[in-house]
Amino acid sequence: MSTAPAKAAPVERKELHHPKDTMLREDRLPHIWCPTCGIGTAVSCFVEALRETNIPEEKVAVVSGIGCTGRVAGYVNLDSFHTTHGRAIPFATGLALAKPDMKVVVFSGDGDLVAIGGNHIINAARRNMNITVICINNFIYGMTGGQCASTTPQIAKTSTTPTGNTDYPFNVPYLMDACGATYIARWTVLHIRRLKKAMGEALNKKGFSFIEVIAPCATLYARRNRLGTGFDLMKFYHDNSEIQHGADTKMVDIGFQEKIICGKFVDIDKPTFLERYRGETNGGGK
Amino acid sequence: MSEQAVLTGEHFMTGDEAAAEGGLAAGCRFFGGYPITPATEVTEVMAKRLPGVGGVFIQMEDEMASMNTLLGAAWGGMKSMTSTSGPGFSLMMENLGLGIITETPCVLVNVQRGGPSTGLPTLVGQQDMMQAKWGSHGDYEIIALAPSSPQEAFDFTIHAFNFSEQYRLPVLLMMDESVGHMFEKVVIPKAEDIKLVPRRITKDKPADYLPFKPDDDLVPPMIEFGEGYRVHITGLTHDEKGYPVINAEAQQPLVRRLCEKITKNADKIYMYDERELDDAEVVVISYGITARIAQQVVNECRAEGKKVGHLRLITCWPFPEPIVRKLADRIKGFVVPEINLGQMSLEVERVAGRGIPTICVPNAGGEVHNPEDIHAVIREVLK
Ligand code: SF4
Repeated sequence: MSTAPAKAAPVERKELHHPKDTMLREDRLPHIWCPTCGIGTAVSCFVEALRETNIPEEKVAVVSGIGCTGRVAGYVNLDSFHTTHGRAIPFATGLALAKPDMKVVVFSGDGDLVAIGGNHIINAARRNMNITVICINNFIYGMTGGQCASTTPQIAKTSTTPTGNTDYPFNVPYLMDACGATYIARWTVLHIRRLKKAMGEALNKKGFSFIEVIAPCATLYARRNRLGTGFDLMKFYHDNSEIQHGADTKMVDIGFQEKIICGKFVDIDKPTFLERYRGETNGGGK
Repeated sequence: MSEQAVLTGEHFMTGDEAAAEGGLAAGCRFFGGYPITPATEVTEVMAKRLPGVGGVFIQMEDEMASMNTLLGAAWGGMKSMTSTSGPGFSLMMENLGLGIITETPCVLVNVQRGGPSTGLPTLVGQQDMMQAKWGSHGDYEIIALAPSSPQEAFDFTIHAFNFSEQYRLPVLLMMDESVGHMFEKVVIPKAEDIKLVPRRITKDKPADYLPFKPDDDLVPPMIEFGEGYRVHITGLTHDEKGYPVINAEAQQPLVRRLCEKITKNADKIYMYDERELDDAEVVVISYGITARIAQQVVNECRAEGKKVGHLRLITCWPFPEPIVRKLADRIKGFVVPEINLGQMSLEVERVAGRGIPTICVPNAGGEVHNPEDIHAVIREVLK
């Protein structure tokens, strides 16, 4: 004989949160990135690094351009701006000048920063604009489906270089060095501890600081070049990265599946644009 | 901060210089620019004056950067401005669109020269009028003002800032080379007599604030970065929270509101100058430098007993449709001289309809109109 169904005992539900919840926009998760994409790891390092600095979170802004990395601005729970393709740095420049008490971080990809935004990154470095630039380099245009970038190594196959890239790629740290960046480092997303440390140093640095983060794009770069999975790319970083702090940036170019020289290459001090403009130091001003 | 921002008094200056002084008087403290003839003098005045009033001038690497740096400064709480001419205006179109969709107040001065391309760097044109309205991709409405004198370059730059704050968008001052390089008397009022529209800062607390939730007039209140609001602002189609939403349900209301905040408030935006319209049989419609020549022709016509009036556009965009429609119902025709081969005249024709003629007096640029060319067309319409 049936009786009224027994009332189920209330299940104790523990609310699940992302471990970095206060720094991420939980209401926007899950993110759009593919499994094994390196961008998320770099964002993790960034939020941890930021938390370890003494910079109040409300005084930090993240500015991105367009592309897979361009979506970072939309996931960090900070004042953030998602600009047009290539233009994150000029937006950051205006913001940093209007709010000198803020730390303005540009988080974007190699295509966005070094190709379409190339003129902006070289001039911002030259001016020693007080911003931190984190450049995720996955050697390819991800968002649009895997086209050749100005960082794609020679030989590598992309959808617009189906028989292999014939162009010379940028050596990005060397480019930044030539333009006068005050802090230049390169790490892969395998080096999470070192990457986090570098991000902390860059955030605490006055002037134009730059970190190149080598990150796997398994979906497009690895697949087109038959390099395996994201895990295989991480294994490649493990076996082929070499740490050389203070290396001559001229020597740190990256060939196809060749050695990746990592480390802190440049760490110097010089007056920023605004300090010179306000006549607070030698070297110009009123 | 040792110098006066508002140079109260009588001056003798060019339109370019007056636009810069207008910006300073309106509270502009950030200028990102790139040199280009015939707008360079705006940039130079700002470079000289801004440090003295606590502002920042930066010469950017190109016009895409200039336009974008204005947006950054605006979200940092500053009033920001740039100046350019045709080739630079083309480059600014990309981030004009970003300013529109992110509803960022700022002012862009275009001292128009002859085009296309490099064209006539040092000589006059009014050929960017349609580009001002349609030059950036996608649907949008814009506010564009055309000064006819250095005094108006000063006054209208202040209006431009006020409109940009009131309706939260980049506003265009569509000057031309002749006005930009013309020296005339400019009277600058006392600072306290200049009416300024302050930024529409939200009263909401960070937890309650939705960056794109509009007030009744369809304009959302703004915030400044660095104040704990933790907003996300994107050039992607977004919801009221500012978060990207890539579908028609988000696109339809957003783009409609961006347009309607101008079209539904247009009656409060329209500015024009009516001269002898009451009994006019023919009305000349003009703007910028061309309005000065047109007025001379209208005066001559009146002296000859011809019933000719003059409608001088101050806001070219939004185009003052009601007055043009009203006139179209009772006059014989419109005559539209402009230093292009027919741009605003297309708008006049669209609004006036086919019942009466709208005749453009075209001029491909490099010089202002010969008054006789305008006169000849008026005679033709009066026949
Ligand atoms: S396409 Fe490549 S870069 Fe983009 S999210 Fe996927 S793995 Fe990452």
